[in-house]
Amino acid sequence: MPETRLMRDADDLVREVPDGSRVAVFKDNGIPMEIARALARAQVRDLDLVTVPTSGLFADLLIGAGCVLAIETAGVSLGEFGPAHNFTRAVRGGTLKIKDSTCPAIYAGLQAGQKGIPFMPLRGLVGSDILNNRPDYAVIDNPFAENDPIVALPAIRPDIAVMHVPLADRHGNLWLGRAAELKILAHASARTLATAEEIIDGNLLDDDRLAPACLPRHYVTALAPAPRGAWPYECPGPDGLLYGADADHLHAYATRTRDPAEMRAYLIEQGLMPAEAAE
Amino acid sequence: MSEVPPLSEADPVCLDEAGPEEIMIAAIARLLDGVDHIAVGVLSPIPGSAALLARRRSGARVSIIGSTHPDFRTDGGVDLFDSAGQGRIGAFFLSGGQIDGSANINLTGLGDYPDMDVRWSGAFGSAYLYFLVPRVILFRAEHSRRVFVPKVDFISAPGTSPANVHRPGGPYALVTNLCVMRFDRDRGRFGLESLHPGVSLEEVRDKTGFDFDIPDIVNESPPPDAQTLALIRGPVARDIAGPYPQFAASVLGYRQTDLSEAEA
Repeated sequence: MPETRLMRDADDLVREVPDGSRVAVFKDNGIPMEIARALARAQVRDLDLVTVPTSGLFADLLIGAGCVLAIETAGVSLGEFGPAHNFTRAVRGGTLKIKDSTCPAIYAGLQAGQKGIPFMPLRGLVGSDILNNRPDYAVIDNPFAENDPIVALPAIRPDIAVMHVPLADRHGNLWLGRAAELKILAHASARTLATAEEIIDGNLLDDDRLAPACLPRHYVTALAPAPRGAWPYECPGPDGLLYGADADHLHAYATRTRDPAEMRAYLIEQGLMPAEAAE
Repeated sequence: MSEVPPLSEADPVCLDEAGPEEIMIAAIARLLDGVDHIAVGVLSPIPGSAALLARRRSGARVSIIGSTHPDFRTDGGVDLFDSAGQGRIGAFFLSGGQIDGSANINLTGLGDYPDMDVRWSGAFGSAYLYFLVPRVILFRAEHSRRVFVPKVDFISAPGTSPANVHRPGGPYALVTNLCVMRFDRDRGRFGLESLHPGVSLEEVRDKTGFDFDIPDIVNESPPPDAQTLALIRGPVARDIAGPYPQFAASVLGYRQTDLSEAEA
């Protein structure tokens, strides 16, 4: 098993993300925003995003920066701050290929991927236009009962899982906190790229209290430090929040990006797009 | 919760003091009678408050997505859906950009899929939870023909299913700023249950784009009595202020200083 590579920063880390990669990201608890910004700065193109199971600024920013070709999602929204305008614009304009799903279907597809099995059955969905627009979903007969249709979801095997964690060690072990879903993500994905607020010299797996919430290093391809790497989202740590959400920033983003010109201005201001790229 | 005496129907009514949100909260809470575990999704301060009111009355367990309070936080997304699959969640709340007379809900958008004229955020967990949670209460604070349409443009989650589809759950009632309707699953139709104080049947008919059953005698939704209002504005407001601080302050008049008066 090759060692987890320690990278200089998120910009160094995203060199591991080729154009066209299928990238999975979890909805909260350490959203890897610095990785999103690094992907935008590197002008990575044609990403196929899998949101687990939904997303907010992570997906909207990458869509607005022109990095995303396709998305599989149960929903993209900025929550209490309002709609994700780059997402809705791109779907309406037909420039973003969308595979609509429902939250537990994305978890179940990843769980099939994590177990190395071809599909997972799931209740619900029958009779919805979600199912009617997913030719890759199938309705099968429960083999153990009479006349019991059930939906079969194909395994989701992303190329890369990205995540931001409060704490990691130099061996590549990641402390996930409450976000146990991140294990499913990492298990189902071929590779995991992570940033961490802090990377310590010891070994997190030596600590019985921290170890159960750790993703062991053999899942982690590369790791980079990223202080405030979840900003403008909050980052929970082992002893409470390391920092809270930047509500002013999120509110301003949600308001101004209703106008596509303002989205370009935002990307330039944040150093995510070269000024000369804007008309 | 033992210090809270049971709700008495004989308690004095203070109609002119209850706001429209408080009438909705009280109406939803009545529909939660007898439910052991109530789950509350995102962007749901009114149902969340109703669930917390039901908890104050009956001791129901309440899980609120997005809450960081140890009494209300969920054990993560996977666990919430698995709990519903195990039959452990008795009630949940859904809304819709469009809702039709068959209780189909549309959270996806308007126009032809996929590049729709209007695109909303997406189905979230609805296409699963609508099938599995026994009492799904639909809520919408805007009762209009824009929302309540003859047929939704996109079925994010269907209101009814053929008999052979495993469906222990489904629509139970619809609560709006004007009225309460109950859903008859066998007939696949809504029926008017009660009109909120001051609302006429004509107004509800005018603002509903689908046909619904009307009983011979239409009741008025009982407005929250003094004791219920005190619960809503006191402990319920305090508890909902965690995930929804703005709602607690602006709608329920919750002040941060109330925290010091909170009971243990």
